[in-house]
Amino acid sequence: MSTATSVPGKSHGNVNDVLTIDSAIVDAIVAHARRDHPDEACGVVAGPIGSDLPTRLIPMDNAARSMTFYEFDSMEQLRVWREMDDNDEEPVVIYHSHTATEAYPSRTDISFAGEPGAHYVLVSTREPDSEEIRSFRIVDGVVTEEEINIADATVDA
Amino acid sequence: MAIEVRVPTILRSYTGGAKIVEGAGETLSALIDDLDAKHNGFKGRLITPEGGLHKFVNIYVNDEDVRFLGALEAKLSDGDSVTILPAVAGGALGFAAAAAILGR
Repeated sequence: MSTATSVPGKSHGNVNDVLTIDSAIVDAIVAHARRDHPDEACGVVAGPIGSDLPTRLIPMDNAARSMTFYEFDSMEQLRVWREMDDNDEEPVVIYHSHTATEAYPSRTDISFAGEPGAHYVLVSTREPDSEEIRSFRIVDGVVTEEEINIADATVDA
Repeated sequence: MAIEVRVPTILRSYTGGAKIVEGAGETLSALIDDLDAKHNGFKGRLITPEGGLHKFVNIYVNDEDVRFLGALEAKLSDGDSVTILPAVAGGALGFAAAAAILGR
């Protein structure tokens, strides 16, 4: 474990090097990835603006329906992004699955990453009975892995 | 001729942080030129050096994707609302192949 001192950051920025996410949401993301396997699955978890807390899972269609590529349907995306706007939410997590490779951003993922404030969560479903789940920041083409803190209400609260 | 343009987070460095800016133009192409004059560099994030729309953004006029409206030639009217969103895409596939699939 690193003992790096955290630097107080601007309150509006996402300066944490950890994604805190409810176990029920993680389970639902994994279930979505399993359901769509061997195609890649994708979606968003919205949360209140500035909270850095993902609270509302929105599974999206993979318009590409591909085992190696995903793409949000542009009209579905407009509807969902407007809905978030109306709710004072933002995309806290953008997730997708890799179905035959590791849960690490590909060059394609990095090139398209257009939400600098989001946590990019990748799930690998290449193993039939276990999932690899990892989270990254992708800003200006630079990938930074971060810890995932799975908050389980039955244990933590 | 005022058109409201909603700017995604990733492009707000060009608009001084503004989420909504105003522009003018009778086509999307003219609007983007107008925005670029006010927000230097904006155009390069929306249009490729070859002159097509970038794969990395989705642009909508009111409720329609401009790809269905003639892309850069899409006609605009006073009071229209233009929304720009980052395209969300990726996957294990190599970038060149992915770009070819999108082939927009």
